[in-house]
Amino acid sequence: MSLFSRIRRRRPPIPDGLWLKCQSCAEIIYVKALNENFKLCPKCNHHYLLSARERIDLLCDADSFSEMDAVMLPGDPLNFVDAIPYPEKQAKAREKSGENEALVTGTGTIEAIPFALGVMDFTYIGGTMGSVVGEKAARLIELARDRRLPLLIVSASGGVRMHESIIGLMQMAKTSGALFYYKQAGLPFLSLLTNPTTGGTTASFASLGDIILAEPNALIGFAGPRVIKQTIRQDLPKGFQSAEFLLEHGMIDMVVPRPQLKATIAGLLRYLLRLPVEAPPEPAPAAASAA
Amino acid sequence: MITYDFEKPIVELEKKISELRKYAAEVNIDAATELGSLERKRDVLSQEVYAGLEPFQRVQVARHPQRPYLQDYLRLLCTDFMELHGDRRFADDQALLGGFATLAGRRVLVLGHQKGRDVKENMRRNFGMAHPEGYRKALRLMTLADRAGLPIVSFIDTPGAYPGIGAEERGQAEAIAVNLRDMIGLGVPVLCVVIGEGGSGGALGIGIGNRVLIMENAYYSVISPEGCASILFRDAKRAAEAATALKLTAKDLLQFGIVEEIIAEPIGGAHRHPEHAAQLVKAALVRHLDELCAMPPDALRQQRYEKFRRVGVFSEA
Ligand SMILES: [Zn+2]
Repeated sequence: MSLFSRIRRRRPPIPDGLWLKCQSCAEIIYVKALNENFKLCPKCNHHYLLSARERIDLLCDADSFSEMDAVMLPGDPLNFVDAIPYPEKQAKAREKSGENEALVTGTGTIEAIPFALGVMDFTYIGGTMGSVVGEKAARLIELARDRRLPLLIVSASGGVRMHESIIGLMQMAKTSGALFYYKQAGLPFLSLLTNPTTGGTTASFASLGDIILAEPNALIGFAGPRVIKQTIRQDLPKGFQSAEFLLEHGMIDMVVPRPQLKATIAGLLRYLLRLPVEAPPEPAPAAASAA
Repeated sequence: MITYDFEKPIVELEKKISELRKYAAEVNIDAATELGSLERKRDVLSQEVYAGLEPFQRVQVARHPQRPYLQDYLRLLCTDFMELHGDRRFADDQALLGGFATLAGRRVLVLGHQKGRDVKENMRRNFGMAHPEGYRKALRLMTLADRAGLPIVSFIDTPGAYPGIGAEERGQAEAIAVNLRDMIGLGVPVLCVVIGEGGSGGALGIGIGNRVLIMENAYYSVISPEGCASILFRDAKRAAEAATALKLTAKDLLQFGIVEEIIAEPIGGAHRHPEHAAQLVKAALVRHLDELCAMPPDALRQQRYEKFRRVGVFSEA
């Protein structure tokens, strides 16, 4: 199936039923198996969307996460109305996602390493960036700088939220500016791109990681595939804007399957923070080296 | 010259004026009184029409094919321009130009988007839509200006950063993101002016200024009215409605504190009186440059960060 049709399809949350048809390989899979397997399809390895809380549970040591700015709520500076007024859209998004906004921030530990963590929730208005996402990200970056913590931001975003127009756009400048000072302090920023990460989010903090990781087959780009297709009036190459495509073009460091994410991030941080090397394991029996 | 519907009554009057002038000259009569009254009528009408433009009509003015572009301002404002080329990585993007310029006796670095005047030039200029190499060239030149202690003047006029295969392959998003971050660190004054279209990330990619000015009929938005209409209203034809909803006019931007000043345009728009428009731009640039040049590098960085850091509307229970 092409990437194009994959992202255009609406993606309902995984129902509570016993089984579902995989949206990627169409095999019947048990929800329980999915949930016990990092939300990967046991048949085709398709990476299903994770909520911010599921992502935090995946990455942080148990009970180590302490949230900041949990009650920050967006305003409606433009009095924007599309199908419904923006405040109503916000209320619906809160209900649907269980989050107050599209970014959850805080501090915690990952394999006992203290770090600052931001995770976007795609279920809240497509993970779009408005004032709250920008402000929470900037505060997180500033806190990480003040406390000299390494920083990880996990993106899943459709870009800047149109309902805040120019004020939303300026959040790109705000978050990137905060990262200028963070970088100046000599601290490491890891950016993890998940499906999908596009638009102004990609064109700001998400692309500024000292190391950039992505989940397999995640859609990552500046412009969305539909816009590009409309502009150039050609079909897009196979795999265009996938994580693997970006890796091949030198835009990211690693594509990391979800089960290896925690260990990979912690491993990178040990290098970046120059943590002491643990005692090497016992040497293998001599026979192993003979071959 | 393209005439928009709302300009038609003005153009009619202008035609009448020039016909009368021609006729008076031919038959050698004195028509000064009639001419004066017609001209006054035209000015009043122009003022009324332009004061009452709907947001989408302003977008149309901002996109007028005769509107002055960067190179026109360079010609009209600067006594010297030495263009510098290339990003040292891939290409020289002709949609985004830059180089040393002399502005009212001051040495500065000027850069900005450049649209084409005709189909042929637009092939080369890509309609003012830069690729990653344009943004990387801009940063290369800004970094150079920083080292040389030259103030930077950035002219913004783009429908947006180009959405294409090559642009994605070469990291359009990364190129813009790096500019947003590293422009904060420049130790010289950065003065931006939106002269036409302020198209989203493509505009912001050279838009991190200590001050951002905008011309009266320019606009600045997260997305084009057409793009917004097709996504949120599911109908690209509702662009006029989207333009209103997006609050993208110079007045809106001043109210939101996104821009520091609106540069007035001559009556009838910059495209009707480019020289006059250029003088108004020059006066504003010189005034702001003089103020910014008095600030030390760290204060410039800090003020620039604060300008963007404080933007946002939210509440905390
Ligand atoms: Zn599957």
